[in-house]
Amino acid sequence: MVSLAKSPAGAFELLLGNEAIARGALEAGVKVAAAYPGTPSSEIIETLARLAKESGIYVEWSVNEKVAAEVASAGAFAGMRSLIAMKHEGLNVALDFLAHLNLTQRVNAGFVVIVADDPQAWSSASENDSRHIPPMIHAPLLEPSSPQQAKDMMQYAFDLSEELGMFVMVRSCTRLGHGTGKVVMGEMPVTDVKPRVEIDAPVRALTAPMRHLAALDKLEQAKEKFEESPWNIYEGPDEPDLLLICTGPSALYAQEAVELLDVEETVGILSLGTTYPLPSRLIEHHISRAKRSMVLEEVDPFVEDQIKKLAADRNLPPYDEPLYGKGTGHISPAGELNPDEVLKGIARVLRAERLPDQDAGYSRLADHLVDERTVSRGLIWCPGCPHRGTFWSVKNALKLDGRDGFVTGDIGCYGMDAGFGGFGSTQPMASMGTGAGVASGLGKLTGFGFDQPVISVAGDSTFFHAVIPALVNATYNRSNFTLVVVDNSATAMTGFQPHAGVGKTAMGDAVPQVDIEKICRSLDIPVEVLDPFELSDGQDVLLDYIQRTEGVRVLIMKRECFLTRPRDADPDYKVTIDKDKCLGDACGCNRYCTRAFKCPGLYADPDTGRANVDEAVCVGCGLCTQICPEGAIQKEAFA
Amino acid sequence: MSNSNGQPDPCNIIVSGVGGQGNVLASRLIGRAMVKFDYHVSIGETYGASQRGGTVMSHVRFSSKHAYGPLIPKGRANTVIGLEPMETLRILKDYGNPDVSVIVNTRPITPVSVNLGQGRYPDADELKDAIGQLSKRSWLIPATEIALEIGTPVVANVVLLGTLVGAGLIPITPGDFEQVLRDNVPERRLDRNLEAFTKGIEGVQTYVA
Repeated sequence: MVSLAKSPAGAFELLLGNEAIARGALEAGVKVAAAYPGTPSSEIIETLARLAKESGIYVEWSVNEKVAAEVASAGAFAGMRSLIAMKHEGLNVALDFLAHLNLTQRVNAGFVVIVADDPQAWSSASENDSRHIPPMIHAPLLEPSSPQQAKDMMQYAFDLSEELGMFVMVRSCTRLGHGTGKVVMGEMPVTDVKPRVEIDAPVRALTAPMRHLAALDKLEQAKEKFEESPWNIYEGPDEPDLLLICTGPSALYAQEAVELLDVEETVGILSLGTTYPLPSRLIEHHISRAKRSMVLEEVDPFVEDQIKKLAADRNLPPYDEPLYGKGTGHISPAGELNPDEVLKGIARVLRAERLPDQDAGYSRLADHLVDERTVSRGLIWCPGCPHRGTFWSVKNALKLDGRDGFVTGDIGCYGMDAGFGGFGSTQPMASMGTGAGVASGLGKLTGFGFDQPVISVAGDSTFFHAVIPALVNATYNRSNFTLVVVDNSATAMTGFQPHAGVGKTAMGDAVPQVDIEKICRSLDIPVEVLDPFELSDGQDVLLDYIQRTEGVRVLIMKRECFLTRPRDADPDYKVTIDKDKCLGDACGCNRYCTRAFKCPGLYADPDTGRANVDEAVCVGCGLCTQICPEGAIQKEAFA
Repeated sequence: MSNSNGQPDPCNIIVSGVGGQGNVLASRLIGRAMVKFDYHVSIGETYGASQRGGTVMSHVRFSSKHAYGPLIPKGRANTVIGLEPMETLRILKDYGNPDVSVIVNTRPITPVSVNLGQGRYPDADELKDAIGQLSKRSWLIPATEIALEIGTPVVANVVLLGTLVGAGLIPITPGDFEQVLRDNVPERRLDRNLEAFTKGIEGVQTYVA
């Protein structure tokens, strides 16, 4: 296949929204890109990293979003177009830097901040709507609706940023970034910029209120541009019965709903690509020609509330009907939008009597047949996952200790210990590094009589991202807990991006590994490194650690994520059940391997309780051979 | 809605299964095939955390009119490709209709909740009966067994794609789809994938319910 960087103008490709954003950035002449991985944004930087060398750009995985923002901003200060990409929760981390940027500095080349929200929180702790941030930090905001638009809008975003001398935020979301569509390529630029920082910086000489006024003035300029922006697209009759004001993918849902309801003649759609500052005259123009209006957006009523504010500011003509949307309850105030939610909402506003054909008899039959034949399938660690070994040892050590010890969790696959597929030792935490920070606090409660052992678990990528400050804090303040670093040599949950400990950069260059063990040893605290598949060693060390009464101890559980192996690689072992030794329900183990150990590669015969290996699922890691009390699970090296 | 040839437009296909079964690749291959023949293609998928042994599904939509959104409205799937039988039933409940075609791998992946005693996995006859009642046409294919014979369970997805194309459920010839495989599958895995595809085409006659 032709490289995405080489695909000629006018050619088309089937691209993930995130790939389209990457191509759009290249077409806009981006030179520096940085990020910390986060679903659903990661493929933007992955794609740019893959194309970096042939495109002559610099791309890095930074240790966290704040550092990524600082690294990329350096490019913009020095006159090179730059971008960062992150998930909504990453914006919280980057905010410490970004909150001040448009109020204190001028960027000398386009600087675009891409934030990918996750409505419904498919892969996140929360579904926070990051569009509330741009008004606070004085950043213009763009919202593309499709992969094609996401690509095309990058050029506009960089131009706007450069013209205003301030960074511009582009808001993506799961259905855009992880949606795939046909994208027609644009021209690739020929650029040759020599970076240089102008050391004369008059902006900083102004007082904060003066800088604030200057930023507000720039936002006013952005608003004027948005009034004429090609990214606010209206389709429909001149004087619609209903105007649908849409942001992001909701424009596509609205289009389909209008098609299914057969109301194309009377309903208009305004797909709004510039959502802060709102182009008020444009909105006013469309609303004043419509009988009634409705806003469709994810997640919060961000545009909806701005329009309500506009009505007060501008004394818009009174209507017989309210502005429909989340405020009126026609659209759910939480969760992701989808074609059905949008269709239902529009039909309610139109008081449509005829809904598109749905076969009620089929639905009843399907409910009946399916409900009694399906059971839930929750998240679970993959077969071969090192975390199953680590948390098995953690669970057993805490149980042997017997003082109601627990794990302060963190963000990563290991958080699944708190869910139905794990072993239940973990109290989930919702932000990176928090497990160690909270453990540092808990460890100081011993003076008040707190006597439960605390284990903080964090991944290797998380360790670099946000655990180091908490660990230093705990060492300095003489806290008391055990830190387990589950080092699987990848940022696994987001797709195996390399990090400081892996020995490889985003662009594929080999570099020395930053050694977690050495960092911990430099604090002069006890450190051990184990293979999480050595279950009894793990249990012994953990039991010793949690029974100590002073200081912080670190156990590094080191084994590669199994998913980093090629899909068709030969397994290490062939795992079998000795049918003579497995007694099933007659054993008294109460189906220990299938019920307690929860590896999807094993299943119990529903009648006899005997264990079976599912050869299509088992990856031959052999871990389960350690847990059967009868030794019935056996492994032999794969021939 | 359908065009003058009786081909649904937009054509809505759902590929469903359990994380790790090659769901995403199957949907991309259909998408790449149709975009090559000038259709507007949209794919919506959910991954990330749901990769880890949970339910996964991709929505593939193509149309000669315009690009549709990445999600199929409820009750509007034209074809459901199921890499796992219980997951296929789940999809039919939400997206099925009396005209839907179903191509399903008969090999169950036991949910851990069954091992935990939270429910039972339906037997083959119950699955076959429910899928039959909830579809216009169905193919029940031992795709994992076929794939294991070829040498790896991971090509079960391509077996089902063979049946999709062989049964004429998308407007592309087997030869053209084979070219899509050649263009998108790494050289060292190509033979296995082509063999799986051919077995799937042969299955159109053998495994029709």
